[in-house]
Amino acid sequence: MVAIASYGAYIPIYRLGRQEMAQAWGIPGVPGERSVANADEDSITMAIAAAFECVAGIDPASIDGVYFASTTPPYTEKQCASVVAGALDLRQDIFTADFTDSVRAATVAMRAAYDAIESGSANSVLVVTADNRPAEPETMWEQLLGDGGAAFLLSKEGPATVRGFQSVTSEVIGPWRRSDDRYVRAFEPKLDTKYGYMASMVTAAKALAEKEGVGPKDISKGVFSAGDPRAHAVLGRQLGLEMPQLQDSGFLLLGNTGTPQVLMMLAAALDGSKAGDKLLVANYGDGADAFLVEVNDAFPTVAGKRPLQTYLMNKRMLPNYNAYASFRKLMERNRYVPPSSPVTYWRDTKMELALYGSRCRKCSTVQYPPPRVCVECGTKDELDEIQLARKGTVFTFTLDHLVGGEYLNTPVPRVIADLDGGGRVFLQMTDCDPKEVSIGMPVELTLRRLHEGAGFHNYYWKCQPVRGG
Amino acid sequence: MPGIKDRVAIAGVGCTKFGEIWEKDQEDLLVEAVYEALDDAGITPQDIEAAWVGVMYSFTGMSGGTFAEPMKLFGKPVSRLENFCASGMDAFRNACFAVAAGAYDIVVACGVEKLMDTGSSGLPMEGGHPVMSGTSAPALFALAATRAFNDWGWTREDLASVAVKNHKNGAAHPKAHFRRAITIDDALKAPMIAWPLGRFDCCAMSDGSAALVVTRPEIAKTMKHKDDYVVVKANALAVDSTFPMYRPGYDWLGFPATKKAAAMAYEEAGVKDPVKEIGFAEVHDCFTSTELFNMGDLGFVDPPKAGEAVRDGLTEVEGDIPVNPSGGLKCFGHPIGATGCRMLYEVTKQLQGRADGMQVKDPVLGMAHNLGGPASVCSITILGRHD
Repeated sequence: MVAIASYGAYIPIYRLGRQEMAQAWGIPGVPGERSVANADEDSITMAIAAAFECVAGIDPASIDGVYFASTTPPYTEKQCASVVAGALDLRQDIFTADFTDSVRAATVAMRAAYDAIESGSANSVLVVTADNRPAEPETMWEQLLGDGGAAFLLSKEGPATVRGFQSVTSEVIGPWRRSDDRYVRAFEPKLDTKYGYMASMVTAAKALAEKEGVGPKDISKGVFSAGDPRAHAVLGRQLGLEMPQLQDSGFLLLGNTGTPQVLMMLAAALDGSKAGDKLLVANYGDGADAFLVEVNDAFPTVAGKRPLQTYLMNKRMLPNYNAYASFRKLMERNRYVPPSSPVTYWRDTKMELALYGSRCRKCSTVQYPPPRVCVECGTKDELDEIQLARKGTVFTFTLDHLVGGEYLNTPVPRVIADLDGGGRVFLQMTDCDPKEVSIGMPVELTLRRLHEGAGFHNYYWKCQPVRGG
Repeated sequence: MPGIKDRVAIAGVGCTKFGEIWEKDQEDLLVEAVYEALDDAGITPQDIEAAWVGVMYSFTGMSGGTFAEPMKLFGKPVSRLENFCASGMDAFRNACFAVAAGAYDIVVACGVEKLMDTGSSGLPMEGGHPVMSGTSAPALFALAATRAFNDWGWTREDLASVAVKNHKNGAAHPKAHFRRAITIDDALKAPMIAWPLGRFDCCAMSDGSAALVVTRPEIAKTMKHKDDYVVVKANALAVDSTFPMYRPGYDWLGFPATKKAAAMAYEEAGVKDPVKEIGFAEVHDCFTSTELFNMGDLGFVDPPKAGEAVRDGLTEVEGDIPVNPSGGLKCFGHPIGATGCRMLYEVTKQLQGRADGMQVKDPVLGMAHNLGGPASVCSITILGRHD
């Protein structure tokens, strides 16, 4: 048996009204708003944020693999899953892989994880997925897409069973990007909607339903990826589902988040599920994958774990299109690139990504970065590794105008925070209004893309006001 | 510990005009400052037996050549020295030890920096850990100010009162970068640099150089300033954490390096009550908040009341303990390597009664305080009139 042991989702805090985008270009606007990843976010950081929700309360040493799925992997040569594994402090004798090139990659990764567990090659596999797809300026794509992430831990045991997989492949030129295209491209969408999306989804979903012996009335929710709300509704009808049975695609509040969309929808469906519910999941992209989820028990409540709804409701509106353009680096600018080194990154991976400090055996002082000699009592080499908490309190701060950030992130709040359980860190604050920073303010740590020194992505921790706290 | 009290003398001083000196390079500035010091001492370049030069940034190469090449003094022992913003005074410290040890009779300590050539607004950010450092100097010092606002009730007006006092003093100094008096309002309305530090709370990016001829008192007695050479009463250096941001439990209310260096310097000089015994002090006011912290760390005032004390006139040129009668870093800017030597230039001239700008009335002891990092390096020198 393969089960969903846990899951989590992540939505960037920033949203932009589609009317703002329409006005910026003088083109028609679609109702609603979309999520916008901050300038320091990418598919890796959003996948990690979702993964932290998913693995809350779970021993990282119990995870046997990480599959990263995205059409916007920050690296095209170099694995992204290994960054995720490093940040989550997973074992090194695990299997990691990236799944990419199609928004279907999330369910391809789910199927691969399912097969690994079913075959006995792994006991549990963490599937993480995120996208921030590049939309061409002055097109509807800018308004329609959104950014987000999701994470699912598949295991031999868990509150919800994953039953069966049914896939089809189909060669239709839907939305695409050649390896050297900067933005998502698309032809007139009707062909893809009819002979791609509708045909593949219906075929896969019906075949699955037949195989598993479930009819439309047995389905609590149909969880179907959808770029176009009209096609989404038509698909539901073709599969015999009533509107209340269709899981909302997030079109009005998020936009189409691409690869993670279907798993974000599944996370939302599971958040609202009860024992006995059956969820029919189908995902499109160069064919379709379908699988059935049967909820056996309620998912256990874990302290501090946030449902998707918290991320949906806890948001900050961007004032205008400029913020989006700045976050997306749509304008050529001279950017300061600090020096860096793959050597120090390698040597400090545990400290930088998994946030390890150390504790002195003599005086118990928790300190960061881990020193050779205790900063408090001067004892040499008597320090034990300790993973620091990702929550803390602002001890002091400044708002740095001199070394600016990106648009809304200027001035840069620079914060000294005392972490719960010990350790003091010096971090930038992100996803905040600098005016709100104060001494004593509770913060949580979030892994972000800090800079591009030495031509690679230098990920490091920042802090942010507690989301939904 | 014997120390160097009364065993080292300053026989000549030189200092360039500080400011945005676009048309001159590091060579020009260093040569001008050193030749002025040599003239003041009544000696020639050939009389220099050894030299130490404080300079922070690297574009002239990391060697004693920073001094030897412009001076065309080859074949002599010259060391280049970096110790953050206290590089200049540490160059002087090494020179003191050399003459006190008897290794040389006459040496030069100098400092120079051409910050405008770096092309950055704010000190260039180079080196450090790829992800754990990377912040501006005002931001680091502001971390302490924010804490003092919270714990001690300091206000932006307190900071502004330091700027107003120093600008008043600097206006009288012909070598200062800024020679304009300002009002509290000017300071408060200036653009923010790093909360709570506005533009008038920050010292400027400047170019400059300063130099000192260092010898022993018995030799100084035979030189040009035989009647008014000054002697070293104490010199102390304390190096504290380079990463105070990560230091568990550090309260950020003052700078430990200053407190330690002050304790050492007062002991060596035999100073028990600094406000009564120290005639005046040139302190490291890289930021107005730093001057307030220094007043507390040096034992001039109860730290929470530092701003009040400035407003009450304690640190005015006519006050009980004048602070930065030259106008300080606030008006001179802070060409890193030069600053410590410039402070010693000022203290020497004040003690000799020939200050360029505001003259403190009849001082016997004067202090120079040079601070680096927010809390990393502090060098303090107490100079006095010779017996």
